[in-house]
Amino acid sequence: MTPQSHVLVIAPVKMECEAELRALLGSMNSKPGQANPENPIVPFGQFEQIHFARFVILTDRTEEDIHTLYGLPAVHYPVTLAFFADFDGTADDFRADLAARAGEGLQHIFSFCQDFTPGADLARWMKDHESPAATMYMNWRGRTVTEIRQENALRLDLECHIQENQEAFSKMTPEQVHKALQEFVTAEIYRSRLNLDRPKRTPFGWWLRNFIHLIGVPIILLVLTPFVILYSPVFIYQLRSREKTDKQYAPRVSPCDEAKLGNLEDYDVTNQFTVVGGIKPGLFRRWLMSYLLWLVEYTTRHIFIRGHLARVSTIHAARWVFMNDKKRMVFASNYDGSLDSYMDDFINKVGWGLNLVFSNGMSYPRTDWLVLNGSKNEQPYKYVLRRHQLPTEVWYKAYPGLTVFDLKRNTLIRRGIEKKYMSDEELREWVALF
Amino acid sequence: MPVVDYKDVQAMVRFGFGKMTEACYYLVHIKNAAAAKEWLLKMQAHITTAEITPSLRTALQVAFTRQGLEALGVPERVIAGFSTEFITGMTGDPSRSRRLGDVGANSPDQWRWGYKDEVKDEVPHAVVMLFAYPGQLEDCKQSIQKEFWSEAFQVMECLPTNDMGGREAFGFVDGISQPDLDWEQLRKVSRNCDQLTYGNTVCLGEFLLGYPNEYDRYTDRPLLDPADPGADQLLQAPDQPDKKDLGLNGTYVVFRQLKQDVRGFWQFLDRATGSARLQRYQLAEAMVGRTLGDGAPLVPMSSNPIPGVGNNGDQATRKQDVRLNQFTYDSDAAGTACPFGAHIRRANPRNADIPGGLQGWFMHLLRILGFGNKNVRADLISSTRFHRILRRGREYGEKLSPDDALQTAPEHDSERGLQFLAVNANIQRQFEFVQNAWIMRTKFDGMTEESDPLLGNREPVAGCPFTNTFSLPQDGRVRQRIMDVPQFITVVGGAYLFLPSMRAIRYLATIGALLEKS
Repeated sequence: MTPQSHVLVIAPVKMECEAELRALLGSMNSKPGQANPENPIVPFGQFEQIHFARFVILTDRTEEDIHTLYGLPAVHYPVTLAFFADFDGTADDFRADLAARAGEGLQHIFSFCQDFTPGADLARWMKDHESPAATMYMNWRGRTVTEIRQENALRLDLECHIQENQEAFSKMTPEQVHKALQEFVTAEIYRSRLNLDRPKRTPFGWWLRNFIHLIGVPIILLVLTPFVILYSPVFIYQLRSREKTDKQYAPRVSPCDEAKLGNLEDYDVTNQFTVVGGIKPGLFRRWLMSYLLWLVEYTTRHIFIRGHLARVSTIHAARWVFMNDKKRMVFASNYDGSLDSYMDDFINKVGWGLNLVFSNGMSYPRTDWLVLNGSKNEQPYKYVLRRHQLPTEVWYKAYPGLTVFDLKRNTLIRRGIEKKYMSDEELREWVALF
Repeated sequence: MPVVDYKDVQAMVRFGFGKMTEACYYLVHIKNAAAAKEWLLKMQAHITTAEITPSLRTALQVAFTRQGLEALGVPERVIAGFSTEFITGMTGDPSRSRRLGDVGANSPDQWRWGYKDEVKDEVPHAVVMLFAYPGQLEDCKQSIQKEFWSEAFQVMECLPTNDMGGREAFGFVDGISQPDLDWEQLRKVSRNCDQLTYGNTVCLGEFLLGYPNEYDRYTDRPLLDPADPGADQLLQAPDQPDKKDLGLNGTYVVFRQLKQDVRGFWQFLDRATGSARLQRYQLAEAMVGRTLGDGAPLVPMSSNPIPGVGNNGDQATRKQDVRLNQFTYDSDAAGTACPFGAHIRRANPRNADIPGGLQGWFMHLLRILGFGNKNVRADLISSTRFHRILRRGREYGEKLSPDDALQTAPEHDSERGLQFLAVNANIQRQFEFVQNAWIMRTKFDGMTEESDPLLGNREPVAGCPFTNTFSLPQDGRVRQRIMDVPQFITVVGGAYLFLPSMRAIRYLATIGALLEKS
């Protein structure tokens, strides 16, 4: 297995260069916000390890909220450029590969950043400007872009073969279908029409770190338990007194701004989502959010690694990243369907999980006991998220037309093909995947 | 909960006017706002309300687009209180058109009405709807066109309807399944707990503004300050007593004119089934999800009653409703009785908030975390109760039987289709969601290469080899798949409308005049 890695480079943009930078980023697209995979600046399509990538100019129209809601002075953060990438392999390899194959284009883009000196060591500079994710979710641990593409080719080939021989297949039992398709795949591989690479060996260092994390976090939690129990009455008081007075602020985004964001959506079966917002003032919320994201990170590393994040099976990848000394956060995700469906999942399927994390963000609809209400207050919740959303200038997805469920189905089909023996029940379920 | 003032609600929210088999829809531009207001004032007594009046033989309903409200002089500040989709309109934003599937042959710039650009403005300002007992429509038309009508309105078009005996143009029984509106407001929904079973009774606030919806919240709507011109004619907002409620007892209506290629539909099925009559009917039934005869569902009746099914009308009606609607797809998880992609399974998936039905707390907890489902498709579809629409459509064109449809079309063949009207309080969460996520989406319920067999536009999706298939899962066998399904239904017009309450109509009829005075 080749584990995925993630990079987020954030750097302040030179004053008065924002418009020019936006124009440059726009020139990488074939449709609004949709990267042309072969664009000469960063030809994403040529990097067979990239799952998703995006460039976003981080601004914040909600900076005044802290003044409006809490009477504290508003801080004006500099406009920054953010480059997100999710890819197979290690970050070091990825940076080096980027610098080697798209160095010129990236130098051009980053030359709009304040502290970039032309000709600098690009990989080094990127590494110096990276922000680690507090939590990272990838829908399927260790499934590479190459595997995704090969498995999709496999399914399409099989579907086509079944269709051409529908009459014959309609009479076969699941066992016969399985055998016939296995033989077909063997022949296709022999004729080099299909290719199913064996997964590479899991890097030992990664495995060890992951194992230590798997064991270590519960041990730490166990050790902390007595303190947590002692602290809990105080915590409940701190939380409830804040929840009762926290202010919700949810003006609706204007139809014009709505259209600007909508202009970048619904070209592929998957969409991008980037939001930036301030965290409620005070150490309590900052620490609570850090702690909760640390727990969520444990689940996304060890539990939710096979096609779903709790009940949501439409998110390809998502990350939560603190910025500016944990006073702000950026959340970025890649989800299937339109924003309406995404919001629906958020409210009706994992409302509790959303509340847990985002209720520490400013202006979020009021929650109770961290998980109740909040996003269940449907319209204000939708307005708050849309208001914090930023246009994603350039967005790349390596496998257009494929949803998280498609990827899962393709993997299940492949596993079936590679299995020598399946029970009758398993065979029936497998045949129903087509 | 306050009792609904039926006299304040336009009738179509409560009734389908089933016995008034004649109907037409006037799409009008407001030429002269003052005259339009006079007409509204004169006609308001004739606008049919939701109060039961057995002697009624005709009905009149009036709804406005955003452009219509502007033409009447409603202040911008007030209009800003309507929903974004109503303000932008059905055709006002290309991204909305993408989501609704209004691309390719459905593209709004090719519509007969409902589209506006630099060259033409075919967005109606208002739609005046008339319904009448057989033979009485002409009189009804005359009666509304008196006095200020011709001065006030430029009639863009009068869309006809034709009663096809309760069937839609392809020949299937239409309007079988409707949500059961909770007029008495007895339904209790918890803000934080999942509903474990499917029910057909839906909170009134899903269909009428000013009442709690399925989230136990009030849907946003324009609220006025008591000091605003005309606000004194409106009622207090139930959730914000210091505001006057322009939306209360009103709602939104989605209007789409859908052209149906009846011959194309049956002739394609004929080719796909090798001209075998029975198989042709069976394939059509699989595409719809109901039988051609009386509309019985393809899945067996469920043994448990479903709340909101069979509790309206006389005993025969109730019995019929139970027979036709007491079912869910829980018994057909493999899609072998009713294909996953069947029209009625897409339009109303009949699921609960969480799969598994009534369950122990441990299983419930597991499912909340996304585990415990044996079937890979178990939890792919959004909960149905937040995405219901009330359909009030009418057919148009000459009736054509499924067998006659196999004949080649004569010269000047009649156009057939549906004047699709849907009532909902939140267009985005109800109509648009159903249309986008369930009807048009090629990935609905884990499918790969097909949109709704009837309504799909078959437009290509990048990275997908097809979008024009229809899959029929088989029990213990590999699926059958119909290829190259053409587009059968084309959108030729449409608009988002506000269906005001009677008080709101009086507000609209006087707003400009009051403004002028002040």
